Amino acid sequence: MRVGVVTFPGSLDDVDARRAVTFGGNEAVALWHGDHDLQGVDAVVLPGGFSYGDYLRCGAISRFAPVMTEVIEAAGKGLPVLGICNGFQILCESHLLPGALIRNDHRKFACRDQRLRIENTSTPWTAAYEPGAEITVVLKNGEGGYVADEATLDRLEGEGRVVARYLGDNPNGSLRGIAGITNEGGNVVGLMPHPEHAVEALCGPGTDGLGFFTSLAAAAFA
Amino acid sequence: MARYVVDVMPKPEILDPQGKAVLGALPRLGFAGVVEVRQGKRFEVEIEGDQTPESLAEVQQMAETLLSNPVIEDFEVRSV
Repeated sequence: MRVGVVTFPGSLDDVDARRAVTFGGNEAVALWHGDHDLQGVDAVVLPGGFSYGDYLRCGAISRFAPVMTEVIEAAGKGLPVLGICNGFQILCESHLLPGALIRNDHRKFACRDQRLRIENTSTPWTAAYEPGAEITVVLKNGEGGYVADEATLDRLEGEGRVVARYLGDNPNGSLRGIAGITNEGGNVVGLMPHPEHAVEALCGPGTDGLGFFTSLAAAAFA
Repeated sequence: MARYVVDVMPKPEILDPQGKAVLGALPRLGFAGVVEVRQGKRFEVEIEGDQTPESLAEVQQMAETLLSNPVIEDFEVRSV
C-alpha cells in the first residue's frame, strides 16, 4: 500500500516513519503540511516531533495546516490514519480522537524503552499483533499524559477502543495507563510511544514496533 | 481598535503540572502559606473598528476553536 507521511515544520520523526513504512512492506510517500493534496495514498501517518514549535498547545496549530483538511475528510471516510506522539496530539486537537494529551505528571521529559500491551488488534495498524501481545518500543515525550472525562474513558474501555496500554510504571500520568486509542470507525489510531523507532535490531529496543507497519499490508491481503 | 482579552485556564479537574512546579518553588523563595497555584494563558486580541456584538462573538469563536481546547481548558472573553 502507498502510505503518506506528513512533514510539518518541526516534525522530527517523519524520516524514521517513512523508513518504518518501507520496512513494513509498503511504499512511503512524503506529504507536505502546506499542500491540499494526499497524492492518492491509501493511508496516512502523522509523525512525532514538535510541529509549529508546540506553540499554543501541542498539535493546536498543525490541526489547521492545509493538508489536515484532506486528512480529516478522508479519515471520516475510513482512510487509515496513524498519529504517533505529536501526531496523536494533532488527532486529538482535530477531534478525530477524544481526549487530550497534557504535560507529564512528573514534569520531566520521559525517554526510555517502554513495554506496552496491544489490546485491540482489529485496527488496520495493529492487525499483525496477537491479541494481548506485549511489546517494547521507544517512549519519548514531555506532554504524553492522556486525559479525558470519566464517561469518555468508560466508553473507550467498553467499546474496546484502547489500542495499547502501558505496562509497568505509568511513564507520564496517562489516565488508566492508556498509551493509544482508536476512533469509532477503528481506522484512526493515536499512539504516544514510537513503534517507528523499534523496527531494526541495530537501533532501539528491537523490532516489536514493526507490526504497526506490516499490519496495513496484512490487511490489504486479508 | 476593539481590544479583547481572552483568559484560558486548565479545567479544575485537570492536573496542572506547571502550576504545581510554581507552587513547589514559592516556599523556597520564602513565600509561606501558598496552598494552590494554577497556570493559564492570557491573549490580547485587537480587531479593526469599534467593539461590537459581532466582534465579541468573533473573539468567542476564536477562543473556542483555537485559543483553548474545550476538553481540558475553560476560557473567558472580556473587552478592555
